[in-house]
Amino acid sequence: MEILVTYDVATETAEGRRRLRKVAEICQAHGQRVQKSVFECILSAAQYERLKDKLARAIDPAEDSLRFYRLAEPRERHLETMGRQIVYDLHDPLVL
Amino acid sequence: MRELLNTLFVQTEGAYLSLDQDTVRVEIDGTVKLRAPLLNLGAIVVFGRVMLTPALIARCAVDGRSVVWMSSTGRFQGRLEGPVRGNVLLRRAQHLAALDETRTARIARQIVAAKIQNSRQLLLRVGRDSEAEDRNRLAMAAAELADILARLRAATELNVIRGLEGEAARAYFGVFGRMVRVDREELAPDGRTRRPPRDRTNALLSFLYALLRGDCQGALEGVGLDPQVGFLHSLRPGRPALALDLMEELRPSVDRLALALINRRQIRREHFDLLPGGAVYLNEAGRKVVIVAYQERKAEEVEHRALKEKVAWGLVAHVQARLLARYLRGDLAEYPPYLAR
Repeated sequence: MEILVTYDVATETAEGRRRLRKVAEICQAHGQRVQKSVFECILSAAQYERLKDKLARAIDPAEDSLRFYRLAEPRERHLETMGRQIVYDLHDPLVL
Repeated sequence: MRELLNTLFVQTEGAYLSLDQDTVRVEIDGTVKLRAPLLNLGAIVVFGRVMLTPALIARCAVDGRSVVWMSSTGRFQGRLEGPVRGNVLLRRAQHLAALDETRTARIARQIVAAKIQNSRQLLLRVGRDSEAEDRNRLAMAAAELADILARLRAATELNVIRGLEGEAARAYFGVFGRMVRVDREELAPDGRTRRPPRDRTNALLSFLYALLRGDCQGALEGVGLDPQVGFLHSLRPGRPALALDLMEELRPSVDRLALALINRRQIRREHFDLLPGGAVYLNEAGRKVVIVAYQERKAEEVEHRALKEKVAWGLVAHVQARLLARYLRGDLAEYPPYLAR
């Protein structure tokens, strides 16, 4: 399944900035960064559960916010973009 | 449901692949070109001078993600196979399929159908620009191939499929010389001859097929299939039967390259040695011309119909090997062969 993860982490404190780094790191490991706090992830159901579990433990629920959207597949039919895109589609053959 | 994993191919000389948390980072000329989560990757295939950090290699081994090293010409050099995702299961699936007459015949039929279809496309394509008599003869052969294809559709026995393949090859090579436009008397073959090739066109084809065979074998080893256990080709000691199977769909693409080399006069009479006894081989200068053209051909992008993607022609064998592995594992209902445009 494809999941869009967006987050908002309160970074007024050093502790908040540490949480932000941690959240970004977890998201990086599970998907492609498409915008600053937005990740597209291609995951199995189990991987999705693990991702949510890791993120839940990384945030402060009183300060931070996370949203998970299930994307309609196939993505190319439901996604439109504008402007600069620096993203590889992880479904595509990856040839560098 | 199982998520299908992607393969990362890196063929840029000097690329640097490293492990960054749980992602692989690809740097080329000091800039990060890609950062992909490892969990989306089933394999990493690198060509030529590409560097992988020890940490990345170790992590791939632990996860059971294969890393394949190929030379820059695409020859298989080695593979790292982790302990978890058993290659043995794929090989067992392959061996079981090879023992199953129905499955063997189905794979063989898909391969032969694609070969005939691709050959037919080539005859029609060249025929369009040919003079009337050649065009007619090529069109007649194409019609014969269409007829064989129709009969193939109903064929369920391996022997019948092999027979139709032979029939198609005779029709195709019977008119192959009519696609040669320069020095036809000297260059044009009278059917396919091999071991040894007996004219210049056949010598050129034999050499190109050898390059293709090496690539196909590398592609199969790259996904962990046993290159010796084939379906269309029977088992014989030392024979890479599955590599020969995989070649079949791609032969017409190589034939097209051979014709281009001849008709554009890139390959000429002085590129061949004629041996006593009638054998004809490319000489060193000729081999160089052909290898360069072949490498350039591999970089050209073609439309892959089953994937609905553009891929470099040189990667088609890798794509087909992966599709075959998926079919053997039961992820696909039918093996989708490569159909050229």
